[in-house]
Amino acid sequence: MPKLDPYNKMSKGFDVRLICYYLALVVIGWITIYSTCHIPDGSTPIFDFGQPYSKQMLWIGTSIVLAIVILLIDSGIIQHYAYFFYLFCLLLMILVIFIGAEINGAKSWIKIGGFSLQPTEFMKVATALAMAKFMQEGKTANQRRYVWVAQVALITIPILVALLQHDAGSALVFFSFIILFYREGLSAEFLVFGIIAAVLGYMTLKLNETYSIALITVVFIIFMIFNRNQKKKIRRNIIVYLASIVFVFSVYFLYEHGLEPHQKQRIDTIFGKTSDPLGADFNLNQSKIAIGSGGFFGKGYLHGTQTKLNFVPEQSTDFIFCAIGEEWGFFGTLVVFGLYGALVFRILKLSEKQRNPFVRYYGYGIAGIFAIHFFINIGMTIGLLPIIGIPLPFISYGGSSLWAFTMMLFCFIKLNDN
Amino acid sequence: MAQDNNNRYYIILVALGIILGIYTFKLFSLQVLNKSYKRQANENAIREITIHPARGFIYDRNDSLLVYNDAAYDLMVVPKELRKFDTLELCRVLGLEIEDVRKKIEKAAKYSGSVPSLFKQQISKEDYGYLQEKMSEFPGFFVQSRTLRSYPQPIAAHILGYVSEVDEQDVENDSYYRMGDYIGKSGIEKAYEPILRGVKGKRKVLVDVHNREMGSFDNGAEDIVAVPGTSIWSTLDMQLQRYGEELMAGKRGAIVAIEPKTGEILCLISSPNYDPNLLVGTARPKNYGKLVMDPEKPLFNRALQAAYPPGSTFKLANGLIALQDHIISPSTIYSCSGGGYHIGSHVVHCHNCGGLNIYSAIQRSCNTFFCRAYYNILSNRTKYKNIDEAYTAWLDYMSSMGFLQQFNTDLPYELKGRIPTAEYFDKKYNNSWNGNTVVSMGIGQGEAAVTPLQMANMLAVIANKGYYIRPHIVKAIGKKDSLNTQFNEKVYSKIEPRHFETVLQGMKMVVTGGTGRGAAIPGIEVAGKTGTAQNPHGRDHSVFALIAPANDPQIVIFCLVENGGFGATVACPIASLMAEYYLNRKVERTDLERRMKELNIK
Repeated sequence: MPKLDPYNKMSKGFDVRLICYYLALVVIGWITIYSTCHIPDGSTPIFDFGQPYSKQMLWIGTSIVLAIVILLIDSGIIQHYAYFFYLFCLLLMILVIFIGAEINGAKSWIKIGGFSLQPTEFMKVATALAMAKFMQEGKTANQRRYVWVAQVALITIPILVALLQHDAGSALVFFSFIILFYREGLSAEFLVFGIIAAVLGYMTLKLNETYSIALITVVFIIFMIFNRNQKKKIRRNIIVYLASIVFVFSVYFLYEHGLEPHQKQRIDTIFGKTSDPLGADFNLNQSKIAIGSGGFFGKGYLHGTQTKLNFVPEQSTDFIFCAIGEEWGFFGTLVVFGLYGALVFRILKLSEKQRNPFVRYYGYGIAGIFAIHFFINIGMTIGLLPIIGIPLPFISYGGSSLWAFTMMLFCFIKLNDN
Repeated sequence: MAQDNNNRYYIILVALGIILGIYTFKLFSLQVLNKSYKRQANENAIREITIHPARGFIYDRNDSLLVYNDAAYDLMVVPKELRKFDTLELCRVLGLEIEDVRKKIEKAAKYSGSVPSLFKQQISKEDYGYLQEKMSEFPGFFVQSRTLRSYPQPIAAHILGYVSEVDEQDVENDSYYRMGDYIGKSGIEKAYEPILRGVKGKRKVLVDVHNREMGSFDNGAEDIVAVPGTSIWSTLDMQLQRYGEELMAGKRGAIVAIEPKTGEILCLISSPNYDPNLLVGTARPKNYGKLVMDPEKPLFNRALQAAYPPGSTFKLANGLIALQDHIISPSTIYSCSGGGYHIGSHVVHCHNCGGLNIYSAIQRSCNTFFCRAYYNILSNRTKYKNIDEAYTAWLDYMSSMGFLQQFNTDLPYELKGRIPTAEYFDKKYNNSWNGNTVVSMGIGQGEAAVTPLQMANMLAVIANKGYYIRPHIVKAIGKKDSLNTQFNEKVYSKIEPRHFETVLQGMKMVVTGGTGRGAAIPGIEVAGKTGTAQNPHGRDHSVFALIAPANDPQIVIFCLVENGGFGATVACPIASLMAEYYLNRKVERTDLERRMKELNIK
């Protein structure tokens, strides 16, 4: 049975660097949230619980308590309750579909008193834990043939539930487990397929399906000429060719009929198909103006105009990077990039060193989650990706995400220490 | 297994590193290389607000306020910020129909959701007070204050002028102005525009995405403080102006009174006139249109812009020239008989005055005497070679007394007046004309036409015995005792001072026992001259010229009442009453005063 055994475990020393990166990002987050609420010429008291920065202070405080608790408990507990935690979060996510509050078009919040809880955030850490546990258990030769089905199911279920909540951003996050799968032996062909799919998808959306089909056909013919004497390869080529055509049409069909108008608009904006700076592209345009106007050293702390005057939407949550880019400039960008890069690479490095595969699985899982959050969140603010609402870990305002990411990271720190 | 996939660890590191690199490069280009976002950010968030300073006040010579600023309140609406409000209550307060409110909001919303639009211009102070208290019940509305010109007394509209929004021409001429600014369009408001308007200030403020003001930019480092307009003291005597306007009520004409020693205009009346308050604010366009269309032409400033035949008051100038040119001496006697001055079959009628010298000729306004004198001036071949030269010399004398020119001081739109040149007559009479051809100008009829201001100025020359100071309307700028020294130089006429004694003596006799006995003021020696200006369009204009007190002139008055008939009947008593009012600050001849005020000539 798992039990509390603090003194013994503490002595080994947790990874101080990760804790430092964590604290740095949380502090950057708080001072940035404070800045977005700061009104020029007006006094902005530090404690005003109507204000996000004061609430965030509360979230930070409770997160640190949570972190300490995680560091104090036996790491066995974490492993032991992994499935339970996964099921619990899944239940909450399903519950949200029925009783949840709708915020920004997504129905992914449970309102408890004055606070809103987003189970999906916790589902991410739960999935990472459950996945690690599952991959560690039962690897007999017989089981191996079917185990990938279960693995895919572990991430497909939360993706489907998130989609039912109209929370496409969170659904996307679960694809980050592909990094873990690749590390643990997923055939490189899958990644090649992934890249082909990305290229075709890009061409289809940027140009149109005809160009994609033409490209596939040309490539197909070239391959057929080179492989004309190899029956096996000819068969494979035909399968890939047909699959590609099906893929292109599915992308086209999904884009034309599967997306809601505003999602379609966002994709069009990214691919430069439409330009409507005062309408649908207003948010992206303002976001780029805010970040772009920062210059090299930024406008100075509390001197940003675009973010605090509400030109940028969701400036303390999803678009918080705008405030950093505006007030701290490219210098601030480098600091934030550096911290995230260091965090993710540190997790990967420690995972790689681990002799306990559970920790490695978990480490790769959460490294992927952190990385995809970072790339999607910042990618959307600078127009590399369509606008998808997911938080910037540790920095964005919000209790659920901060708690969940804290849990995610400190579970790793704790597990890594064992 | 860990060792098997070790190269995959590096592949993952490299892949993530490449993406991070792409992101870094993208941000470098966005933040450091691209400069256009900085400009766009400023356009977004920084709004420049112009601060319009309060316009300077205008006082009269005795510190009475002629023009000040009144606060006006405009109710503005920002459609985006509108919430449910008590429409009925708003309608009740503003006196609007519900339909109006809806239309106004729709119109504003059409223009812009977030930029304030005018909802109702110039709401009353009472409504403003009421609304201000209840503003929180009407979200999306706010009251904006601005200043409007206001006139405590409805007088002197022509001189004070008016202020209105600049037109495209003004903006083109002076880069100071932007559309929507106000500018003095006439009168003192126009002449002293740069002094009265002050200097605009500007304030840079941060606005948020809803165009709400969120405080000053950079703590106001780039703000410019507005400089309030400077106040001006007019030379006008407000009481006299008002009194004169009352006397002229119901009549057409003009009165100009000047303090001769300073050239300061004490009053300048053009009748019919209008209440300057009519040309302020919302009612301006409507009222202006009405005034323009009015057949009585109230906007027309007769004192400066109407050229009248001066009538017999012109004899004063011609007498002076005759004396100066030695045509006559004070003792020269011309005889008047046979019904007047005969030129062939044509007769300039007179009253068989018998033999008289210049004193009596002025006293009795003898046409014959002045026709002969004028003829003799123009026929003086010992001094002038021919009629052209003689006539040009006469014109020269005239212009030395202020005729045939604009004074170009601070008065609006002066007319030069019309007295034809020698060339005009050469052409008209085919080079065959002489003094008798134009003799009617000797008695102020015929081709000569001058403005009331010029006549008043001529009186100032007589009062000053030889010089005038260009008539002007502003006494001091900024401080009451800081005299306006722009216009203090003496302009000497070509007439020697001693001759003025002679003419002034004649003018005294006009009042004591001549045509202008009605001008006598108890206790004050008055000099005057009647005039009856022939009017081809109707009844003659009644004209009177007055200098008082005769021995130490403090005021000269020229009064002309259109269609008033003889000078003695209307213009003379009015000028006299004004002099009495100015010098005594009260009028004892109340019967006369009442009669004149009630007199209606139209």
